[in-house]
Amino acid sequence: MSFQPVKFYQTGTFTVGNRLLAPEQRSVQAATSRRNSLNSGHRACQGCGEALGARYAIDAAMEATGNRMVVVNATGCLEVFSTPYPETSWQIPWIHSLFGNAPAVATGVAAALKVKRLKGLLGDVRVVAQGGDGGTTDIGFGCLSGMFERNDDVFYICYDNGGYMNTGVQRSSATPPAARTATTEAVGPTPGHAFGQGKFVPAIAMAHDIPYVATATVADLRDLEYKVRKAMTFRGARYLHILVPCPLGWGAASKDTLRIARLAKETGVFPVFEAESGELTGSSKIRHVLPVEEYLRPQKRFAHLFGPKPDVAAIARLQALANRNIRKYRLLDEEAL
Amino acid sequence: MDKPFAITLDPGSSLANRTGSWRTERPVYVDRLPPCNNACPAGEDIQGWLYHAESGDYEAAWRHLTRDNPFPAIMGRVCYHSCETACNRGRLDEAVGINAVERFLGDEAIRRGWQFAKPETETGKHVLIVGAGPAGMSAAYHLRRSGHRVTVHEAGPLLGGMMRFGIPKYRLPRDVLDAEMRRVIDMGVEVVLNSKVGNLLATMQDGRFDAAFLAVGAHIGKRASIPAGTVARILDAVSVLRSMEGEEKPLLGRRVVVYGGGNTAIDVARTARRMGAEPIIVYRRTRDKMPAHDLEVEEALQEGVMIKWLSTIRQAGESSITVEKMVLDESGFPQPTGEFETLEADSVVLALGQDVDLGLLDGVPGLEFVDGVVKVDGQMMTGHPGVFAGGDMVPTDRNITVGVGHGKKAARHIDAWLRGTTYVAPPKHPLATFERLNTWYYSDAPQTVRPVLDIIRRQSTFEEVQGGLDETNALFEARRCLSCGNCFECDNCYGVCPDNAVIKLGPGQRFEINYDYCKGCGLCAAECPCGAIDMVPEDG
Ligand SMILES: Cc1cc2nc3c(=O)[nH]c(=O)nc-3n(C[C@H](O)[C@H](O)[C@H](O)COP(=O)(O)OP(=O)(O)OC[C@H]3O[C@@H](n4cnc5c(N)ncnc54)[C@H](O)[C@@H]3O)c2cc1C
Ligand SMILES: Cc1ncc(C[n+]2csc(CCOP(=O)(O)OP(=O)(O)O)c2C)c(N)n1
Ligand code: SF4
Ligand code: SF4
Ligand SMILES: [Mg+2]
Repeated sequence: MSFQPVKFYQTGTFTVGNRLLAPEQRSVQAATSRRNSLNSGHRACQGCGEALGARYAIDAAMEATGNRMVVVNATGCLEVFSTPYPETSWQIPWIHSLFGNAPAVATGVAAALKVKRLKGLLGDVRVVAQGGDGGTTDIGFGCLSGMFERNDDVFYICYDNGGYMNTGVQRSSATPPAARTATTEAVGPTPGHAFGQGKFVPAIAMAHDIPYVATATVADLRDLEYKVRKAMTFRGARYLHILVPCPLGWGAASKDTLRIARLAKETGVFPVFEAESGELTGSSKIRHVLPVEEYLRPQKRFAHLFGPKPDVAAIARLQALANRNIRKYRLLDEEAL
Repeated sequence: MDKPFAITLDPGSSLANRTGSWRTERPVYVDRLPPCNNACPAGEDIQGWLYHAESGDYEAAWRHLTRDNPFPAIMGRVCYHSCETACNRGRLDEAVGINAVERFLGDEAIRRGWQFAKPETETGKHVLIVGAGPAGMSAAYHLRRSGHRVTVHEAGPLLGGMMRFGIPKYRLPRDVLDAEMRRVIDMGVEVVLNSKVGNLLATMQDGRFDAAFLAVGAHIGKRASIPAGTVARILDAVSVLRSMEGEEKPLLGRRVVVYGGGNTAIDVARTARRMGAEPIIVYRRTRDKMPAHDLEVEEALQEGVMIKWLSTIRQAGESSITVEKMVLDESGFPQPTGEFETLEADSVVLALGQDVDLGLLDGVPGLEFVDGVVKVDGQMMTGHPGVFAGGDMVPTDRNITVGVGHGKKAARHIDAWLRGTTYVAPPKHPLATFERLNTWYYSDAPQTVRPVLDIIRRQSTFEEVQGGLDETNALFEARRCLSCGNCFECDNCYGVCPDNAVIKLGPGQRFEINYDYCKGCGLCAAECPCGAIDMVPEDG
């Protein structure tokens, strides 16, 4: 069972709010009482998907825990743009330590809070850790895997913008094949990031058999909120991987952030699903399946695939990867097949 | 102050950082004119009333609708609904069934006995209305709402004009017509039936009227010069349809030839079919050139009406007619071929359009006429000050909704004229085009189909052919509206702003941009489903 969208009422659950839905069916973001965990004045670029995704996720987690939680943040854009000392945009208890150790710090915070709770000094306070794809899938990966295998009571959120954006768009193990970055330039016989490299951490998280693993995109708020809320119903290690387009690093218009995230899902480039104890339990179905070109074209990081002589071979390989996702994560409605 | 190790400053808020200074473009909320509203000849705020219907508040929807058009139950049956042709949703899947929802609201109002409010103050002015068709009765309604005394003079024995004496019952049941006419009378409109105005100025003087609105329609059937034997039965369509309303039904015989290609021809043929005849329509051109609406042509064919395309009547005899085959030339004009054919015919009904009886205007100075109709200015006033006119008797498309629109427009100008001012219509917003929508956000939902009466009853009775929606599917249909160009408070802008720079003002209050923090990324505008946000360059 994945998120059950409301199919009608004009816009159903596609829009952020909908006056025709019962109050309990509405989103956290539609409420004027939402926390705004990440407040105005932050220094994220115009149209930053990470800033938006973080507010969506953390507001939902705050709502789910009754505001009783601590956030541990890895180094990266999310930390740098939100908290230039002594200012911060966070309106929540929040701690930053290093680039690669957020899962370990979170484990420590969870342990400390548990001791306090057992001593009767504190009620139940939950721990959320978050970081970029670099901090999560590369440098923090050892700590993350440790936190998973020990099943520490931490909810970890990775904001995947496919590269080290804060330091100038270097390649990470979450950079998609063929994408141009500062370290995978669009030169040579196979321009951009090599095919056959990198890793998909949600699948690795599932291999740890932890209670809950899910993916989401910043373009589908209701699904994202549902997954955060669901994650908070479990104890132990949980992982949410959110696709958050980066206008700067992807070379896209700031107004297209959500459109591109939507296209990632609709083309099968990014599978949206959830899994419990290592088993796939639900996938968000593609609504109108589209070819990968639709997703690639608006992004300058893929511009070398088009031009006067399109790189049809590379596009076909990307399409094959999308098709594999569609099969593997059952992204098409059975009826539609 | 005691600070932890290595900390020298208190935590500050990023609110100190006014990111609004980064902006090169600013989002601005706009309102646009929905294409449906733009297309409605009666100027209904369709999107506005659908908004209330969407939440199930049918009375609010009906009240909103009737601000512009007092006859939704009639409209929902006989209006040609150009709104649906214009509806943006037609480019997504199928147009919103506006007309069906309108009928539902109209029927609901009749069922629940909703009434119009009487005016709170009386102006003491007295307006004469000549003709109780849609144009006259619409003007009566609007003028009465503005507090004027209104007296309608109607030549016929009943209200409704062509809606009663032209349109057959199977398309517009008379209890529906009566209910919507009565509701206008109940506002305190005076009506004098069986009172044909023969001399306008005399009537105005006798009644000491301050202004007049003329809406006498077009009732004189046009004749064609068909050489006919003395015994041939040649009738005109309007008279045939009119006599359907009386005690004595017209004697048409079994083989009825209808001559013409408009809606009137279709109505007569379908009427004859219901009286047991075998009607055949003779029309000069082809189906795609036929002025009658395609749906009605289709329904007529289903009911067994036959149509002879590319034919004209050359001669009518006692029990047969001679038709000549035609061909269309390059300009689509029919040309004779010299090929003839004989058809059996007990009667021939001419449905070739109507002329206006302008007798009441004899001796009225200042009037101008074009092609047998009265000229009016942009305020619906004729060349004679204080005398206004509308509906079929002025140069226009002839249909009920146009008539209702004329009645409304004339009422506004008459009201202003009586107050010694001029009415200036508020400027129109630019059109809400399909390209401005972000259709991703709307649920997939095809149009609801209205029930249709079974074919046997359609061939033998005058029962209404097209059924209505019930509450569930009317609600569904209303909710298919995209709210083109005007905020419907979906909260998307409020949600998608990465900078919390959209302020939600609460139900009915819409939103505001906080320009202190808005970076001008354009996401709110791009993700607005209905295209109600523009990005405007910052100056300098
Ligand atoms: C058979 C037929 C079917 C039609 N079907 C449709 C349809 O489905 N949808 C649609 O939109 N339109 C339809 N029309 C067109 C539509 O009926 C007319 O355009 C519309 O009724 C015109 O409205 P009106 O108020 O100008 O005049 P009318 O409706 O013609 O009303 C004029 C009234 O004035 C009265 N009158 C005339 N002279 C005088 C006088 N001197 N003194 C006092 N009273 C007078 C008449 O008795 C009549 O009641 C149809 C027309 C016909 C003939
Ligand atoms: C140990 C260490 N190495 C390098 C850096 C420099 N650094 C800061 S942020 C960052 C990239 C962060 O990338 P990612 O985690 O994907 O987050 P993003 O900025 O893309 O959101 C790097 C390399 C650092 N802070 N610490
Ligand atoms: S979708 Fe609604 S507002 Fe848009 S044209 Fe159709 S009825 Fe009008
Ligand atoms: S989404 Fe926010 S920052 Fe972007 S243009 Fe709209 S109000 Fe401004
Ligand atoms: Mg990154």
